[in-house]
Amino acid sequence: MQEIQSDTSDKGSIGGESKVHVFDSALQLVSGESLQPFSVAYCSWGKLNADKSNTILICHALTGDQFAAGDNPMTQRPGWWNTMIGTGKPLDPEKYFIICSNVIGGCSGSTGPASINPETGKPYGLDFPVITITDMVRAQEKLLDALGIDTLLTVIGGSMGGMQVLEWANSFPEKVFSAIPIAGSARHSAQNIAFHEVGRQAIMADIDWHGGNYHAEKTQPRKGLAVARMAAHITYLSETALTRKFGRNLQDRDALSYGFEADFQIESYLRHQGFTFVERFDANSYLYITRAMDYFDIAAEHNGKLAEAFTNSDTRFCVVSFTSDWLFPTSESIHVVRALNAAGANVSFVEIESDKGHDAFLLDEPEMFKTLNGFLSSVAKDRGLA
Amino acid sequence: MSESNASSTSISGRKDLQLICDLIPSESRVLDIGCGEGDLLDLLKLEKNIDGRGVELSQVGVNACVARGLSVVQGDADRDLKHFPDNGFDYAILSQTLQATQRPDSVLKELARIGKKLIVSFPNFANWRVRFYLMFKGRMPVTSTLDAQWYNTPNIHLCTIEDFIGLCDELDLKIEKSFILSNDKIKHVESSAGPIMNLVAEQALFVVSSHIEK
Repeated sequence: MQEIQSDTSDKGSIGGESKVHVFDSALQLVSGESLQPFSVAYCSWGKLNADKSNTILICHALTGDQFAAGDNPMTQRPGWWNTMIGTGKPLDPEKYFIICSNVIGGCSGSTGPASINPETGKPYGLDFPVITITDMVRAQEKLLDALGIDTLLTVIGGSMGGMQVLEWANSFPEKVFSAIPIAGSARHSAQNIAFHEVGRQAIMADIDWHGGNYHAEKTQPRKGLAVARMAAHITYLSETALTRKFGRNLQDRDALSYGFEADFQIESYLRHQGFTFVERFDANSYLYITRAMDYFDIAAEHNGKLAEAFTNSDTRFCVVSFTSDWLFPTSESIHVVRALNAAGANVSFVEIESDKGHDAFLLDEPEMFKTLNGFLSSVAKDRGLA
Repeated sequence: MSESNASSTSISGRKDLQLICDLIPSESRVLDIGCGEGDLLDLLKLEKNIDGRGVELSQVGVNACVARGLSVVQGDADRDLKHFPDNGFDYAILSQTLQATQRPDSVLKELARIGKKLIVSFPNFANWRVRFYLMFKGRMPVTSTLDAQWYNTPNIHLCTIEDFIGLCDELDLKIEKSFILSNDKIKHVESSAGPIMNLVAEQALFVVSSHIEK
């Protein structure tokens, strides 16, 4: 196990050294196709205990990566869940062995559409098979298996991460002691599919996309991907948050320009979000991962009855939503909670009061931390850790 | 159901909880409707090692419960009980909550479907203090048990012990044990029926089992 124990001796900073596990075997996909070979990139924090009972798996969101804590070496920015991970925080590396892996289809180390297709020696592009949330979870399960980890103390994630959490409980209930889906859903809604389609069409309408073959053309559909990100970014916030942060404030000017420059701060902000995103994300990955979310519907594989996915489950669930989240609204979490109740599962459900929209799960939300601390302590105690 | 039930009927305090705790066998599966901040579930977990779940309307209450490690969901007795499975629990508890529901009869029916046994407690509106208050003051009774005004009380369906016994008959529910609380003392009574009990009891607590074919 030596190779998976990251060094936490460096006080204050918890480095996120990324490792890649290469599988020569095939990953069987829901579509019927398979990926072979395939790689899963991951980071880990803390130490695995002797009876291997303290592992927490973090599942990242649509544009997330394995660099949940510490500094992200690709962007030079802090990890996306530094608020949650660290000594004295809910996910404490002093207590738990924490893993976060890049999803299959992603673009920060795991096999995705930008990876080399062994059959052609060129990037897959649109030859990459369509993947699902289930496939992402299967790849994570293979990684844990390779690391010799049989059970997870908790699997936790927000947004698309929350979808993976529910899929873990559906696919591998015996391996999941507890599950924390945050701002998630058991199915992607029509509205969310609609937003994703806008994003995909923006990418595919970019002349530099070249039918997904832009690597060969030495181009990038930068404008399309930036527009996709801009549109999506609006859905991550709330009207209240936008008004508070930007209002109708003008950007670097005292008067309207009577043109189409970024007169308003919100325009400037969105343009910035779009253009920085392009630097770190692969456009085809964006297509594939949004598609995986659109296809997600756990009930569909259980005759439309979500409760059947969790029948006889021993997993303890803690479902979390936010009041101002209109992308994955509380109603979606309640839908999951009702199914879990109907299945007789052990479930807690907390709706956190926040005006920060869907992105609240990434932010400093003391009430969420308090809830998760309580839930995790109780779970750790039941697992014999505390 | 409301977050303020506990405070509007607070006379029995922990005594009420301890009695319920004593009534429930170890290792039972328990559903507490209107569980507040989880005091009863916590006590039951500690003393009886039960497998407990809670439903609470107030988000503040739910968050407090989950933060102390209890399995509680935000929900409403009137709306959400239908999502629980038949006979999913050994005991379903409705402590000081019945009188705050929209339809006490439907809530009782649902609980009888979900729980093998029910424990129901409520303030008795036929208590002599309440009667005297109405008779002599001519205004809606405000007592230490019912300490809210008519316009802001969460207790929208107050009933008497006789009313409750009548409803149980109508719903084919069998009362197994009866307790009354008066002058801050809890008393086990063979039968809570009759005018005297209905006059002296400030609160009543019943263990009820279902006759309904499941």
